[in-house]
Amino acid sequence: MAEITLIEAITQALRYEMSADKEVVLLGEDIGRNGGVFRATVGLFEKFGADRVLDTPLAESMIAGLAIGMATQGLKPVAEFQFMGFSYPALDQIINHAARLRNRTRGRLHCPLVFRMPYGAGIHAPEHHSESTEAIFAHIPGLRVVIPSSPARAYGLLLAAIRNPDPVIFLEPTRLYRLNKQKVEDTGVALPLDQCFVLREGSDITLISWGAMLHETLLAADRLLKEKGLSAEVIDVATVKPLELNTILTSVEKTGRCVIIHEAARYCGVGAEIAAQLSEKAFFFLQAPIQRVTGYDVTVPYAQLEKQYLPSVTRINNVIEQTLEFA
Amino acid sequence: MSEVARFIVEYTRFLDPNGELQRDLPAFARHTSELRDLYQQMIWVRLFDYKAVTLQRTGKLNTYASTLGQEAISVGIGSSMQKEDILCPFYRDYAAQLMRGVKMSEILSFWKGNEWGNHFSQCPADFPICVPIATQLLHAAGVATAFKLRQQARVVVTTCGDGATSEGDFYEALNIAGVWQLPVVFVINNNQWAISVSRRHQSHAQTLAQKAIAAGIPGEQVDGNDLIAVKFVLDRAIDNARAGRGPSLIEALSYRLCDHTTADDATRYRCKKEVQHAWEEEPLIRLKKYLIQQKSWSDEEEEDFKKQCTVSIEKSVIEYLSLPKAAITDIFDYQYAKLPHELIEQRIEAEALFKLSQGLR
Repeated sequence: MAEITLIEAITQALRYEMSADKEVVLLGEDIGRNGGVFRATVGLFEKFGADRVLDTPLAESMIAGLAIGMATQGLKPVAEFQFMGFSYPALDQIINHAARLRNRTRGRLHCPLVFRMPYGAGIHAPEHHSESTEAIFAHIPGLRVVIPSSPARAYGLLLAAIRNPDPVIFLEPTRLYRLNKQKVEDTGVALPLDQCFVLREGSDITLISWGAMLHETLLAADRLLKEKGLSAEVIDVATVKPLELNTILTSVEKTGRCVIIHEAARYCGVGAEIAAQLSEKAFFFLQAPIQRVTGYDVTVPYAQLEKQYLPSVTRINNVIEQTLEFA
Repeated sequence: MSEVARFIVEYTRFLDPNGELQRDLPAFARHTSELRDLYQQMIWVRLFDYKAVTLQRTGKLNTYASTLGQEAISVGIGSSMQKEDILCPFYRDYAAQLMRGVKMSEILSFWKGNEWGNHFSQCPADFPICVPIATQLLHAAGVATAFKLRQQARVVVTTCGDGATSEGDFYEALNIAGVWQLPVVFVINNNQWAISVSRRHQSHAQTLAQKAIAAGIPGEQVDGNDLIAVKFVLDRAIDNARAGRGPSLIEALSYRLCDHTTADDATRYRCKKEVQHAWEEEPLIRLKKYLIQQKSWSDEEEEDFKKQCTVSIEKSVIEYLSLPKAAITDIFDYQYAKLPHELIEQRIEAEALFKLSQGLR
């Protein structure tokens, strides 16, 4: 079994599910012969043909509206937006229709579809290519927001997203696309949605994150162990909507201390929701205020300063220390 | 300089406002019995529409969008489509919806603020009325994509108003329908007013039909108050789509004799004279005149038929008024295929409060 990157795991999952289920159809800009700007769909046009890999004109609202119409007919469209920052013209279709169709027809019509999009900063991309606005989607009832943080989870969660009968926003951290390799079995086994993953067990503090920031979060946990001899429990939320609180709650009840790390701006970020739910449900277990390490509440900067914008290992460790020192 | 392309936009009309024939009738219209049936459909939906407005004025319906004056377009659509086709309508197509099996009680339920009104027990594949302007055109293109991929001889008809032609989704839908040659027919109900914005202020384009030209698909105008003309162009467009000859755009010229909705007051922005003139051109009178001329209809028959309609409409209203009230649990149960864990607690809370409030009543 070869080791593959996260982006290769995405391709592998798409290829597996397209072979297994002929209703799965891909659509998006440049996803055909070009294989997508990040090469997520490379080879799929050649393998499955132009009726399964649909190169669309350049119009994001159209891609979303089309996918909705197709999904109502029993197809399982997997639509790609080239970058999260270009998904906004499709928000009308996603929020007003994809998220609502099942509810407004009382189950008569529904949208089994996936909107995939690369997201996040840290790859020196041009303006508008570094967005991390998962909270916009997470706020919308009817949507699922799923974010993988490793090749294996990208494979398993994407399969689960495609098989899910409701619309899924699938956010792929560009910074992780080619960062690490991992052995991923191509056996079509999906991972559960609506469930957190405990990446590392620990007893002194709970670190909660998702997407690319788990890379820094795990390094911060390493440093904590090495420098202070303290162990952090690291949780990958993975499905940020709907949020599965139990795993988080169990961990925080054990450690009594919690830091939430995300690269999105802090204000109304998903971290705020997690902190609020913990304050409601874990109040008596908490030994320190819940802290957040996040992107600043500013427009995500151009490439020159994006590294300074993203939470660094040092920033995370500083906040971990404050939280641990709180008496 | 040389000319690289030239386009024309055709206009079709058979019956003028006085019920006089302008040109030879198409085959279907030579059977006056069929025209009579179509005329009756227009009466039926007009009486339903009057009733709905009355229900709203008497507090038995919330805001309602009337279709007064635009019946020919919607009856044309309803009569030209096949059962296996799919309709993605905007909110002035009750005639087509009713003809396709949507129940009056469902339409009324929708406007009474109950999602069950979109459940369409007798018409399970059609889309519900779409409120966000022009977005439904893309759903239609998506459905048509599925038909095409599956090589099914089915057609999607989608409708919108003149205002919708200014939306991005309108252009995006036309564009993809052209590129992929989708089996979809776009119908613009150009009733001259988008709430308070007149056609003249909506677009500087001479016709709305010509917007099809940019997408490389056929676009034409039709007298939307001439049911024969509407059905003629629709039959042709739907046949073309079904036969794999691609999409078309039809701009049906009509007039919104009603307010935008019952929450609107059109006297604030348009003059009486214009509306009076439009009443002279509305779709029912001309076809009635023609049918009487052909000795296929009479005032007596019309009175009788209206009585039948009223009985049937009243029956539907009773059915609507006796529908069960919406249950609070429904707002949770159709959000996702399976209720997510995070919603269970909220559902329990809402249900308990709901039961309590019912008990207190």
